[in-house]
Parts: sequence; C-alpha cells; structure tokens
Amino acid sequence: MEDVIIGLEIHVQLNRLASKMFCGCSTAYHNCQPNSHTCPVCLGLPGSLPVLNKKAVEYGIKVGLALNCKIEEETLFYRKNYYYPDLPKGFQISQYDYPLATAGHIMILGDDGAERNIRINRAHMEEDPGRLVHAGTIDKAKYTMVDYNRCGMPLLEVVTEPDLCSPKEARAFLDKLKSILEYLEVFDGSLEGAMRVDANISLKGGDRSEVKNISGFKGVEKALSYEITRQRNLARRSIKVVQETRHFDEIRNITVSIRSKVGAHDYRYFPECDLVVLRIASWVPAIREALPELPDAKRERFVRQYGLADDHAKSLTSEIRVANFYETVAKMAAPRLAAVWIADVLKGELNYRDMAIDAFRAEDMAEIVQMLDEKKITEDGAVQIIRSLLDKKGGSPQEVVAALGLGKAEGDAVQRAVREAVAESGAAVADYRAGSERALNFIVGKVMKKTKGKASAAEVHRLVKEEVDRA
Amino acid sequence: MIMLSQLSEELKGGSSEEYVSRLFEKIKKSRLNGFTTLAEKSALLAAREFDRSPGTGRLAGVPIAIKECISTRGIETNCSSRILRGYVPPYDAHVVERLKSEGAIIMGKANMDEFAMGTSTETSCFGPTKNPWDTTCVPGGSSGGSAAVVAGGEAPAALGSDTGGSVRCPASFCGIVGLKPTYGMVSRYGLVAYANSLEQIGPLTHTVEDTALLMEVIAGHDPRDSTSVGTKSYSFLSGLEGGVSGMRIGIPQECFGEGVDRQVEKAVWQAIHTLEGLGASWQTVSLPHTRYALAAYYVIAMSEASSNLARFDGLRYGLREGEDKDWHTTFSAIRAQGFGPEVKRRILLGTYALSAGYYGRYYLKALKVRTLIKQDFLKAFGQVDILASPTMPIPAFKIGERINDPLSLYLADVFTVPINLAGVPAISVPCGFAGRLPIGLQLIGPHFGEATVLKAAQAFESATSFHERSPEVV
Repeated sequence: MEDVIIGLEIHVQLNRLASKMFCGCSTAYHNCQPNSHTCPVCLGLPGSLPVLNKKAVEYGIKVGLALNCKIEEETLFYRKNYYYPDLPKGFQISQYDYPLATAGHIMILGDDGAERNIRINRAHMEEDPGRLVHAGTIDKAKYTMVDYNRCGMPLLEVVTEPDLCSPKEARAFLDKLKSILEYLEVFDGSLEGAMRVDANISLKGGDRSEVKNISGFKGVEKALSYEITRQRNLARRSIKVVQETRHFDEIRNITVSIRSKVGAHDYRYFPECDLVVLRIASWVPAIREALPELPDAKRERFVRQYGLADDHAKSLTSEIRVANFYETVAKMAAPRLAAVWIADVLKGELNYRDMAIDAFRAEDMAEIVQMLDEKKITEDGAVQIIRSLLDKKGGSPQEVVAALGLGKAEGDAVQRAVREAVAESGAAVADYRAGSERALNFIVGKVMKKTKGKASAAEVHRLVKEEVDRA
Repeated sequence: MIMLSQLSEELKGGSSEEYVSRLFEKIKKSRLNGFTTLAEKSALLAAREFDRSPGTGRLAGVPIAIKECISTRGIETNCSSRILRGYVPPYDAHVVERLKSEGAIIMGKANMDEFAMGTSTETSCFGPTKNPWDTTCVPGGSSGGSAAVVAGGEAPAALGSDTGGSVRCPASFCGIVGLKPTYGMVSRYGLVAYANSLEQIGPLTHTVEDTALLMEVIAGHDPRDSTSVGTKSYSFLSGLEGGVSGMRIGIPQECFGEGVDRQVEKAVWQAIHTLEGLGASWQTVSLPHTRYALAAYYVIAMSEASSNLARFDGLRYGLREGEDKDWHTTFSAIRAQGFGPEVKRRILLGTYALSAGYYGRYYLKALKVRTLIKQDFLKAFGQVDILASPTMPIPAFKIGERINDPLSLYLADVFTVPINLAGVPAISVPCGFAGRLPIGLQLIGPHFGEATVLKAAQAFESATSFHERSPEVV
C-alpha cells in the first residue's frame, strides 16, 4: 500500500527481570492478589525514593544493541507529569532527552516479498503504571478499582520511524521484534500485558491518528486495517482526518476517538533529580560481547550448516525455543529431514492445539525422524505418532508404533501379499501384458489393502511389476 | 542546659520514663504550638524499656522531636497539611531508623510550614508555632516547630529539613544551633519531598557538640537514596575542639548592605571579630551570582514542588471528603480543599515554569544560574576555608506581619538559599540578641566540609555564652 504511512511505539515489559524498575518488589505478580506486590516506593508513598534496577538498564542496552541502535554515552531519567488514578506519584519516571538508545534499524520481510529496512527512532526506559479494573465496561462502570501490582514494572518503549506501509508489515515488524526480545532472554511474550502497541497511521498528505494501547498482534493488524478504511472513506468524501488519539475496541473491531490533539497533554518533562545521570558507555562492550546469536544470524547459519532451505530456516529461527529444539534434534537425526518435519508438520500440529514447542520432547522428535530416515515408518505413520504424542495417547514413539501397528510392513509380509494379489488378479495381469501400465495400479491397491497401508506404495509398485514381469 | 551525651548518661539512672513524662506535661501546658502529633504512648513505652535495659546506643533514652515531613512508622505524618491528615506511614525514614537504632525515643511530630513552604511556620494547618523568646513572634520556618520545642525546653533535640534555609532560619530566630548538611550527606529516604534537588535533613540542638553527635548518627550512605554519597559513617566529634587558629574566613561582600538589620549586622561582625581573636583571619570575598539566587531558587523549588506534590490526590491516603465523582473532578476537589494558599501558589507557579514554551525561559535558566552560583562558591573556597554571614537579615518578625506579603517573606531567605543551590553545608549558631530576639551567625563550608564548619562553630560557641541563655516561656 504505497500511500499508507505507519509508525509504531511498542511498550515492552522487561518481564524476565526478577525485580521492578525502581524498587525490590517481585515482577512475578501475575495471578496474584491485587496490590500484593507493592511497597512504599512503587506505591509512591510520601518520602519514598526510586533506586534504579541496574539490570533493567543492562537489558535495555542489550535490546538497543540488538536493534542496531547507538547507545548514548550518558543517559538520564525525566519525570513525565500527568494525573491518572493508575499513576500513584502523579508522574511517570521515563526518559526524554538522552534516551538509552537511538537511531537503529531491523530488517523485515516486506509486502513485496523483499527484505525491508525499518528504522528505529529510539528505545527508552520507563516504569509501567498500575492497572485499572472497571466494574463493567469502561463507559458504564459504576466504580473502578486500581491494582498497583504492575506499577513500576520495567518497560522499554521502542519507537519506529514511520517506515511501515501496511498492517501486514506492522505485524511482521512486531513478530521480528518479539523474536529478538525472546532471543535476548529479556522478555516473555506469553505473560498478559507483556507488549502493548500504540500505532500512528496516516494516508499520504493527510493528518495522522494514533491508536493507543492495542494488545495483541492480531489486534494491531485489525486496528490498522480499520483505520485505513476509515481514513480512505473520509478522503473519498473530502473530509479531513483529524489528528487525534483513538482507542481500539477489540470486541467491535473498530477504533473510537478518545481525545483530539488540540487539547494535547503538556507533560512538563524535567529531569528526575532523585536519580543520578548514568554513564553507560563503559557498560556497552561487555554487553555487546555477551549478545547471543540473533534470529537473522541463526537463520543464515542454519542454511549454511545444515543445508536447509531458506524458508525452513526462517520458520525454525523465528522462535528461539523452536530453534533450540531443532538444533537438539539435528544432533541426533538427519538435519534436513528434521527441519522439514519440525517446520512443516510439528509446528502446524502445535499451532492447531495452541501448544508451545516445549510440549514435545526433542528426543521423541529425533526418534521419529530416524525411523522415517530408515524407512521404518511411513510419512502418514509419522504424522499419527506426532498427533498421538501431543494428545498424550502414548509413551515413546516406539510404543505408539507398536500400539497402533504403524511399523512399515516389510520383507516377507509384503512379498506374500504381492504374490497373492498377482495370483488373484488374472485379468489385470492380462491387461498389463497387453500394454496397459495402469492395470498394475489395481494390483498395487490390493497389496496396500492386504498390508493395511503399512507398506510404501512406491515400493509395492516396484515389487508388483517385478512379480508380473517374472511370471 | 545539658548535652545529649550527658543526658543519656544521667537517664541511665532509671529516670527516663519520669523525664519523658515531665516533657509531655510541659508540652500539654505549652502555648508554643510546637508539636502536632504526640507519640506519648510509644515514647513512654520506649522510656520504660530503656529504664529496664538502657542499652549502649549513643542516644539511648534521649527523646527527640521529628519534623512533620519526616516519615515515622505508626505516627501520623501530614506535613502540617490538611491533605495528608490521617496518613500514618508504614515505614520509618532512614534518619528515624538511625535514631532508633541508637536508642533515641521519638516524642512526636513538630509543626512546620505546610509542606515546608514558608519562613515562619504560619502556613501550617495546625496554626502558627510561637517563638519561645517572644510568643507574638514567629519561630522562623519552615522547621519552626522543631526549633521552638528545642529552644522552649520541650525537647532536648529535633530534626528538621532545609530546602532553602528551613533549618537555619528557625535556629537563628530561636537562638539554637541548626545545620544544613552537604547535599547527599544525609539520606532523604522518608523525607516528604518539597524540592528534592535542594533539601537535606538536619539537626536542631542547643549546642554544636549535640549537632555533631546527631550528624554522626544520621549521616552516611544509604542505598535507598541514589543521591546519598560518601561512606557509611562519619566522625565529627573527634576533631570538634581543633580550634580556628589559622583558619581563613571569607565574608561575602554581598551579605551586608541594604535590607540587613543594623543589630544583626553588628552582632555578626562582632562574631567575626571573636573568631579573629581566636586565631582566624578574615577577608572579603565575592559571590557575584548570588543576586540571582532567590529568583533561581524559587523557580527550581516551585517547579519541583509542582511535581512532588502531584501524588496527593486522596485516592490512596490522606484527605477524602465529599461525594466521589469521576476521578478528575474528585482529584481536583480534594486538592482544592486540602492544600493551603501558599502551597497552591507554589504549585501553580511551578507548573507554569515547567510548561511547554516556558521551560527554557525559567527552569533551564534557573539551572544555569545554579551552576554559576555553585562556581562562585567553589571559587571562594579556593581562597578561604569557610564563609561567614548572617543567617537571616532580620530577627524574628511578628506573627501575621508578613504572611500576606509573600515577596517580603521570600526575600528573607536571601542568605540561606544560595547554600542549597550550591549544595554546600552551613550551620547557624547563636551570636547575639536584638532586644529579646536571638540573632544567628551562618558559617558555610565547602562540599563535605561539615567537620570544618562544626569546628569553627564549636570554637565560637566555647568563646561565647549566647547558647546558654534560655527563654522564659510558660
């Protein structure tokens, strides 16, 4: 979509940290009593002071480097002043000038199938506010409760340049970002509220709207698609797009206006004097040194080292856990065959069941690939083993093979079936000898029936031909 | 008068409970209005415990008053503001922890200007505290309650906080010793912030030695305050008697002239000559940028205050009156009811100064002035060891005299605010009287030069008897 301009602001919870951004409270508050993970600091009680979680800054630098950003020599925190019930200090400690990381970029697969460079404007650190829980819907609730467990969670806000051209590209960017974050082991995307997106969108020549606080990548795609349609419709009727903030209603799949930019907030940013200026330049070399292999590099290595097709390598490296799973399997079984079966079959079966890769044992996968490689089972049998293991119907792959009788029929059994089938199919044999190659298929079908599909069809075809020719 | 160390020793005879009860009786009959909340029950309990087993703490058994804005676990901490009435903190400030660990007994909370915004302790929601030397006069501010109860004999010592002179001004007006430490010397953890880049907690005592002792207890690095620096503990008592022989004293030429009371000027010069007589030398120095100090100070302090005070919305603690409406209306109503006029004035001015388009013109410019003032001090300390000036340009004024003229109140801070902008330490010690009212001498040191300042103050105190006089209050 040539006329669509999209920029994203992504709030990433650095939820692999043990403690919050400015206090010692645990980050493991999910599924806990409201307000049970709080202290004077994250509740902003009078007189409390923030103390920076150094590890959070290290994580931030890690991400900055992985996004090819420039890490500032010095970084400092600012206060962003605004009132809201989820913000117990009346300001959020954030960054403004001298953010942690600036001017980066990452590659994504563009709509046209080519790699595209998406520029990162900056990545800065801030604290998460609490969470409002409405008794009912936001507009009709009689009262609202506040849960400050989330308050003070370390956030990294990643801001892109307006380089994205479609909702699909936005999605591709988010997938890539998530992939990188999980590679860095700073982020667990499975936790609620782990990543929230603000999307800026405009059509060339028009004003932009900002859709705030979208959770879920599908939500981002839907919200952006809706906005494009809305803005196109306005343009068609020659109505100007108003610069405003909009909310994405996940139930109705539409965006609604929440405030116009005319009365925009003045956040009165100024330096947070309770924290000191951080000289981080000296931290960078060690962090850079310790950076893990990132998705693109891993993909290239998989192609090189295991001789994989590029799309298989890509599929296997988009999630660090899948990549690790693959490498474990590849050590025990034929790497190329393993790649096909993990990327094309196992991932699909997992997806269908909404399961993650850790639901399957790498040893089991290796055994299945080995059996396939040695032609002990058929492809159909392998799929059945995978399904059975996922649905917890059997123990090891061998046991499933035994239980379901999936072992490929071999040697004598097949030979016997071939002989019987040829003997029983006089007419077909005659047709074949009269020049009809296709007549053999009838006999092959008979053999398959006799071996209950456990024989390889190609193999049977060869044996039948031999038997008939010999006779 | 009795030193804290001596008091602690004497109380070990088993009379702490009796002593503390006597103080509470005196406080209840007092006209000073120095205390806001009395922690009578817990204080008597602690005293009884001390009588049973005195322990080895350096302040064992010594009752101490704590300024309203310093967080005390289980004792209401309201900053003398309606908006925080009823707020009982679940935690102790770092300094309170330190006092308790040395065996001190927390008596209660001392009155102050609302959120430390004032020079007279008149903006308190509990009404003004009175000066023990003349109860028609203010005790100074904002730590007026802390100073008045010490001067009036209701507490042997107190803690205050100093953002622009709030320890030194009331020490001066009440004729006692008050120290504003180097920024970063004492942890601010638990000090309810007014202007967090400027303020420090400091002791208010009868003698320099007591101040040195309290500083040894409360100073030192605290990991909970990122701006607290230095080592875990300091020694101030050991070098206290070192004298001023050979010490070079700088007299800022900007500190004498228009606006300075003649009797104050005279008393301070006499004090300088006393120090000269003890072996120090003096020379005039210049702090040229201090003429911009008041303007810079108020821009910075109000800007920070507008943000620091944003958390008071009645949602989690403090004032919650009237019918709940939507959050915006409710927050506004609570803040309109809960804050007094001076606090509102400063929040509004601070908000304005930080607004888009004005930030560069006010806040940023004030920060630049601050840097220049700091450089003035650094330059001066290249030539001299300490600086001396009046603490306040005037003695205590009448209650009600200036409260409706905020500008003249702000002007009274002219000698104290540059010290906070520069972050250096300064002490106020009694150096004379204007009629019945005490006058304070301010001695200023370089960053972390507390030991030098205390040594000079001790030499002056030993050579004079102003600190021995007590007011006759009923």
